[in-house]
Amino acid sequence: MGAFMPIADFIVSPYSGYVYPNETVVPWGVLIVIYPYITGLVAGAFIVSSLYHTFRMESFKPVARLALLSALAFLSFAPAALLSHLGHPERSVEAIWTAHWTSAFAAFAYVAGFYAILLVLEIWFAFRVDIVAMSQTSKGALGRLYRILTLGSTDVSEHALAYDRKWTQVLAAVGIAAAFGLHGYVGFVFGSLKSREWWSSDLMPIIFILSAVVSGVAVLVLVYVVSSKVRKTAIDENCMAGLARVLWGFLLVTIVVETLEYVEMFYRRLEGIAMIKQLIAGPISTGIAIQALFSLLPFAIVTMLLARKVRGNALIGWMSVSSVLLMSAVLAMRWNVVIGGQELSKTAKGVLTYIPGLWGREGVVWAITLLCGSFVFLWILARLLPPWERVRMSE
Amino acid sequence: MSETNTCKGQASRRGFISLLGKMCATTAVCSGVGTVSLESLAAAASSAAGPAAAPAKPEFPVSGPVPEYDWTKHRWAFGVDATRCIGCLRCVEACKVENNVPFNAQDFRTWVERYVYLEGEDKPRVDSQCDPVNIAAAESAQDYRFSNRYRNEKVTKSFFVPKLCNHCENPACVQVCPVGATYKTPDGVVLIDEKYCIGCRYCVQACPYGARYFNEETQTTDKCTWCYHRITKGLKPACVDVCPVQARVFGDLNDPASDISLFIRSHQISVLKPWTGNGPHVFYNGIDGEVS
Repeated sequence: MGAFMPIADFIVSPYSGYVYPNETVVPWGVLIVIYPYITGLVAGAFIVSSLYHTFRMESFKPVARLALLSALAFLSFAPAALLSHLGHPERSVEAIWTAHWTSAFAAFAYVAGFYAILLVLEIWFAFRVDIVAMSQTSKGALGRLYRILTLGSTDVSEHALAYDRKWTQVLAAVGIAAAFGLHGYVGFVFGSLKSREWWSSDLMPIIFILSAVVSGVAVLVLVYVVSSKVRKTAIDENCMAGLARVLWGFLLVTIVVETLEYVEMFYRRLEGIAMIKQLIAGPISTGIAIQALFSLLPFAIVTMLLARKVRGNALIGWMSVSSVLLMSAVLAMRWNVVIGGQELSKTAKGVLTYIPGLWGREGVVWAITLLCGSFVFLWILARLLPPWERVRMSE
Repeated sequence: MSETNTCKGQASRRGFISLLGKMCATTAVCSGVGTVSLESLAAAASSAAGPAAAPAKPEFPVSGPVPEYDWTKHRWAFGVDATRCIGCLRCVEACKVENNVPFNAQDFRTWVERYVYLEGEDKPRVDSQCDPVNIAAAESAQDYRFSNRYRNEKVTKSFFVPKLCNHCENPACVQVCPVGATYKTPDGVVLIDEKYCIGCRYCVQACPYGARYFNEETQTTDKCTWCYHRITKGLKPACVDVCPVQARVFGDLNDPASDISLFIRSHQISVLKPWTGNGPHVFYNGIDGEVS
């Protein structure tokens, strides 16, 4: 008997047509929707940070360090979604010690681990001067914590700071490739499965990467706006305009590639196309509508913002609206892929309707808790390592 | 069943622990510490002395509870004769009992599909014993039968198709397992080490035949093993034994006179979803292109 008995994880899905008997319990539920979603936020946020740290695009400076902390916060919660889903999470360490290398899953710990180390290192270099300053100004346990975090490196001379900048630049450059690799890998997990018609696509890793960047930039816009409002500080308009340009570029390519995917599918008209039409018109119709509408509408908004060179509160307000819509669109896209793929029966003769449980280890409440948890962790990280401005050294 | 399923993992771990023990013993002797008996020293020395002094190595890895069974000497395969199956579902019940499969309507190691072509329709109506109409006819999700739902229709063609794990030559389920808990044995059977499975369900996704299910009680994946605990003792799988019409055939491909060899030679056989490249080893007679 497993030590982690579920409460409401196993719900038999209603179906139409013919499905294999074992398919009626959908194996990957809402947690596996959350997992690629959170991982995508990591990739997107990191890319923005690298635009400043690697390419020195000054307009992104106000959010560069916030983006790094965001990436770490989300990356910390991505494995939680996976672990919660496992029947035997206590055995998950076997995927590291005795990894079976023909499995795409076996690489997760290594890919995510490499990325986490890289991210933590970059954060350390990017915040080192602040950590040193806070180790001198903070007292008690917090002071001790900062002193530990300095790792004994308290040199803040210009030469040392140049060294920090150099390392940050290199790590950010490597991190761009790692971010694309991490999320491309997540797309590969789905795209490489030949058993599921809805997943088996060469474009899957590319679509995952592109949509990840879109969602990551969107979450960064929201975090920046909300944190600035809470702190009652001004929002840098150039930064917001820069974010709008990045969002516009990635959104354009995402919409084009995803549209191409659908057009190809319908143009090819392979055997299962009738069932795919049923899937789109049935179980995931709402998800597809959200994905399409909430992608096209923000695209139109951001295009207008850039074309008319909108600035001030209008820019900030419309960018915030667009970001909320885009985060919803990407979440819907994850649902449409992960759940939609399983709602299309392997028999190609039937369609299921997945009904998530509310409670339990694989329930909606736990999934939302994990998602919110990453934002709470970001808040804690931002309190510990304020990303807004440099801490002044004590005299 | 878990005993046989775990044999590979246990064998390799046992070997590793044994090697570790010998290394520790040698280290302890060299460093002059620890208390090692003369007998254990002699045993370690004799096994470390090389092939000349070592006892003859067995030709095959020890495969658990049936030490006399040589899994390199067999290549098991399964045949399904759809022209014989009468849809009695005794095989489904026997499998559930034999292998402790939960008695419900969503977990099966084997099941039976019914294909019915009605007059004027070019596509078959397909159902299995799990169809709500059939469950209603059985008056329980724990009893299995096909309702006589087409008795007032004009049926032009119909047949039953038993389904089970295809024990593929290149199993996609084995490829995707992140810990190697599911593996292919030398005699061609795909097994799951339920003491090693982490319950990620990647294999459930990868199987194109829907042959795997997630066992809620053990929190691990489960599927047909061709009754490995029986076939290694010279018996046939439970579903084959109970079939009243010999619609299920099982045997050793290495034996030209076996039931399966004769079945393959004497029928126009096909496999399910050959395009997957998995190389299924359940061979069908009497099915049409609508069966997937």
